[in-house]
Amino acid sequence: MSLAPSKSSNPVALALRDVTKRFQGAAGEVTALENITLDVHEGEFLAIVGPSGCGKSTLLSLLAGLEHTNEGTIELDHEAVHAPGRDRLVMFQQDALFPWLNVLENVLFGLRLKPGLSDAERLESARYYLNLVGLGNKEKARPHELSGGMRQRVALARSLAPNPRVLLMDEPFSALDAITREQLYGDIQEIFTKRQKTIILVTHNIREAVCLGDRVALFSPHPGRVQRVFDIQLPRPRRMNDPALATLAAEVTAELSIHLSQPS
Amino acid sequence: MKLPRPVIPTLVALAFFGGWEWLVSSGRVNDVLVPAPSQILQWFWEALKSGELLSATWVTMRRLIIGFAIGVGLGVPLGALSAQVRWIRDTIGVLALGLQTLPSVCWVPLALLWFGIREEAVLFVVVMGTIWAVVIAVQEAVLNVPPLFLRAAQTMGSNGWHLWSHVIFPAALPGVISGMKQGWAFAWRSLMAAEIFVVIVTGFGLGSLLNAGRELLRMDQVMGVMAVVMLVGLLADLIFFAPIERWLRRSRGLAR
Repeated sequence: MSLAPSKSSNPVALALRDVTKRFQGAAGEVTALENITLDVHEGEFLAIVGPSGCGKSTLLSLLAGLEHTNEGTIELDHEAVHAPGRDRLVMFQQDALFPWLNVLENVLFGLRLKPGLSDAERLESARYYLNLVGLGNKEKARPHELSGGMRQRVALARSLAPNPRVLLMDEPFSALDAITREQLYGDIQEIFTKRQKTIILVTHNIREAVCLGDRVALFSPHPGRVQRVFDIQLPRPRRMNDPALATLAAEVTAELSIHLSQPS
Repeated sequence: MKLPRPVIPTLVALAFFGGWEWLVSSGRVNDVLVPAPSQILQWFWEALKSGELLSATWVTMRRLIIGFAIGVGLGVPLGALSAQVRWIRDTIGVLALGLQTLPSVCWVPLALLWFGIREEAVLFVVVMGTIWAVVIAVQEAVLNVPPLFLRAAQTMGSNGWHLWSHVIFPAALPGVISGMKQGWAFAWRSLMAAEIFVVIVTGFGLGSLLNAGRELLRMDQVMGVMAVVMLVGLLADLIFFAPIERWLRRSRGLAR
């Protein structure tokens, strides 16, 4: 166990500048995100937390390139993000595994789209990541034969296998039971520490954000804005029932309720 | 005591056909109107021996398979296109919806005028019976592909043709198969109607055989052909569609 070193001295991987996103709703234009400015450093785990309507999932779609900003820029390694790309893979709330493929083929899906690899390298890589998430013995299984937790593990392997620059997580634990979730927190932290990935997690679970994030960005709703960013300097691996973690989570919750109690 | 499952259906069938046979052979029912099962079987045996039944079945199956293949071959890409392109959905998609409700035998007069009393006329009617059901089924199947699959695939770098062949089509496959099954049923109905309505010199199919039975007042032949038509439809389902559907259900965990 070591104190988590600050990642703020690392080079910036993802740079968001004044990102604004509006939607045409039934009741006129809705501003989902307003002037979001954030830097995500190399090898950093950023957790974005906030109540529903704070635009956190929209932000992830923007980062993934599945939607476009109205104003502002998003840059990954100084290149503008404007389309989906292998350098930013997403873990969704539902696992999104393809039911017509088995576990190994699902993990291979992204790898096969990555040029410059031989089939043997792809297979080796897929097996490596399946082993990493503890499912090396489930290669031939179909997604429907696995539990919800296992399916999310396969989804994690699938997003990690093509070795993206940034891993985007869109509430991937919210549909899981508490015990499975706890296990996955452990797995993710282990992989994060081992692989030094840059990860952005979106969640509405404050404890989860504090447990996983190097920093926690608290968003406020209507329109979505960054309310405050917390540095979480707890040693890893962190456990959900750690009192120090609970104290920090309470701090974030208090900050959140300040905003929510204000009339809007 | 628990009886094996086939016992009751067998007993019911025996009672039904036995009763029918008895009603006719005892003279209570006129065998010109309703032939006895034994008479139908006898016709069946003779038609089989003379080769008449096999050649008619072959002619019909050939038309059906060619017409069905053309219908599916055109219907699947058209349905996919209709799902993908808004203005095609607003034109051909809507047209398909309307044409699907039109019994394809309505095409017979036009088909005869356009193609003459020829094989092409029959095929045209079969294709018209098949294609619209397939177009609509494929369009719905593609539109119902979960957006999450598309988003996931796109972030992994899939797009264009790869997205179609590796994600949209496999995801839509169950819907496409049930559309094909429906298309097959429609093709079968269209073909029978066309063969009964039109005497086609290029081949004597099951429908023609049935119609000949009507003209000769041979109800044993009419009912025999009806049984064969049923049997062929059943066999097609058993040999072709049922295994595909079973495989789809099992491999995707949709089995009950």
